[in-house]
Amino acid sequence: MTFALTPVLTANWGTPRSWTLASYRRTGGYDALRTALAMEPDALIALVKDSGLRGRGGAGFPTGMKWGFIPQGDGKPHYLVVNADESEPGTCKDIPLMMASPHTLLEGVLISAYAIRANQAFIYVRGEVLHVVRRLLNAVEEAKAAGFIGHNVLGSGFNIDVVVHIGAGAYICGEETALLESLEGFRGQPRLRPPFPAIEGLYACPTVINNVETISSVPAIVRGGASWFKKMGTEKSPGFKIFSLSGHVARPGQYEAPLGITLRELLDATGGMREGHQLKFWTPGGSSTPLFTAEHLDVPLDFEGPPANGSMLGTTALQLFDETTCVVRAVLRWSEFYAHESCGKCTPCREGVFWYVQILERLERGMGDEQDIDTLLDLSENILGRAFCALGDGATSPVTSSIQYFRDEYIAHFDGRGCPFDPVASTVFAGASA
Amino acid sequence: MGHSHGEPNGLPTVTLDPRLSPGASLADPLSDDAKARVRELGAQVIARYPRARSAMMPLLYLVQAEQGYVSPDGIKLVAELLGLTTAEVAAVSTFYTMYKRRSCGDYHVGVCTNTLCAILGGDAIFAALKDHLGVGNAGTTPDNKVTLEHIECNAACDYAPVVMVNWEFFDNQTVESAKELVDKLRAGDLPMPSRGASLITHVETSRVLAGFPDALVNEGPSAGPESLVGVELAKERGDAAPAIESKDPA
Repeated sequence: MTFALTPVLTANWGTPRSWTLASYRRTGGYDALRTALAMEPDALIALVKDSGLRGRGGAGFPTGMKWGFIPQGDGKPHYLVVNADESEPGTCKDIPLMMASPHTLLEGVLISAYAIRANQAFIYVRGEVLHVVRRLLNAVEEAKAAGFIGHNVLGSGFNIDVVVHIGAGAYICGEETALLESLEGFRGQPRLRPPFPAIEGLYACPTVINNVETISSVPAIVRGGASWFKKMGTEKSPGFKIFSLSGHVARPGQYEAPLGITLRELLDATGGMREGHQLKFWTPGGSSTPLFTAEHLDVPLDFEGPPANGSMLGTTALQLFDETTCVVRAVLRWSEFYAHESCGKCTPCREGVFWYVQILERLERGMGDEQDIDTLLDLSENILGRAFCALGDGATSPVTSSIQYFRDEYIAHFDGRGCPFDPVASTVFAGASA
Repeated sequence: MGHSHGEPNGLPTVTLDPRLSPGASLADPLSDDAKARVRELGAQVIARYPRARSAMMPLLYLVQAEQGYVSPDGIKLVAELLGLTTAEVAAVSTFYTMYKRRSCGDYHVGVCTNTLCAILGGDAIFAALKDHLGVGNAGTTPDNKVTLEHIECNAACDYAPVVMVNWEFFDNQTVESAKELVDKLRAGDLPMPSRGASLITHVETSRVLAGFPDALVNEGPSAGPESLVGVELAKERGDAAPAIESKDPA
């Protein structure tokens, strides 16, 4: 099997001062905006539909279809909101993109806003990335000075304002309706759907919310066309995607490849696991996607492959752990995260993830028994599909999948002596500090 | 002595040991100068949005930029600027972890202990720093220089284990490098982040996060080495995206 890496979004990350407008324009930056503004907005929506672009934030919803849900001629303001609250454990693609090339995102924002007939766009970026915030704020100022943002952009009659809205440390705000609540000045707690944001989103007006990588892919689609985009990836999941490799691997980092690539191909191309160790378990797309094991190395990483094998593509955050890692400890940590980040709005999630932590702590200390595993599974049944939003569903993924694949390892914790693993062996500085 | 500050507007009465908040007590008043600054910048913040209440989060950063944390006085001022009750504002400020409820040291040191960083060494680093600094989670050193906190995934897993200082990246840390890092912070010998600009204080950070940038945007690299491995590997292998054949997007 041969595959080719396809750097598009990442292509300019290594160029000098890549974050500046001057650098971005040297490689044709903002040419796609000019092309787009000469098109009818509906033709742009049709182009994105034809390209088959699907949401890169995890859900994989067809982007052009989402845009098409925005009612036109309704007399209400329309809003474009970019979800730049990248916080899903393991996910680390949007932050380097905005650090290295904020104008890629911004050009996408301007084209997308024009397509859905929005005159106001927001980029909701998490607050814990100071230098990314600086680069975004600077990019907006540069684009204003160059006439790409403001009144009558490039003489097209299109008016647009872009505001960078900075979050304050709440994972739940990556959930799109919680994000809207937060942007409106409330606690970030999710809203009941329907109505969906396309009908009643920000300030109860039609709103498109897309992930950074999705919006950043739009200028390339305008430049290359739908058929060019579809030369990459699979029939149902076309295009390029940033795969984030992390954990016990030889060469962690960001690899942009066509959708449908497998983890085996990626590992073969990048030197595999760290020397002398074997893959034990991994997440295909963040901690909210059920764990995979070495059995799943050949699952195509597109929107169809992982669901057919009991998981999800998620954010293509490939976190890899080797045989030195205790799966109970890993799942305890993830559960602590979900317990910390649960917004408290609904009972299944708020109470369920709290009890996850109590039980997993006891198990990790060696004080648990078979009944605890049953209780974990029982709790999971009461969270999955019953929580108000996807946070609760996601919290069940590591718990149920780890019990499915590593029940014996849970049982090995029952003897009262505590975790059988040496935590030092799983660190990157194992050996060096011993 | 514990402070007690109930107020008629619905803010709950809180009594906390002031030893928990070195450098400032919870009842610190906002000075008139500080209030004037927040009012002036606050008007600009409110003007960014179609609806005033959307300015809530940047306004909270603005008051935090005055005192290092969001004080009851700060909450009162934000409520006044937005025409809300203090309860409505406190409900929001207490929801988000980056709004501090007590004074923070000059340098907020966040050690990622989410699963991947924790296993690759974040747990060992956090334990060592607690011991080295003699503080617990969210504790501040007596010189008021460093506040230590464990944090959740900061979107830098390819650089694990990661430590953030005032929300700038210090990548690929070890126990030793992290100890050296906090020693330098306490000595005023400020190290450069792996990917970011010269460190500023926690208070100054809050002003940037309110959307008022400093002049440091052009410091630091485009990307760290791990962010570029894919581009470099593509070059090595002679890989590229298909060529764009026509200018016609249709």
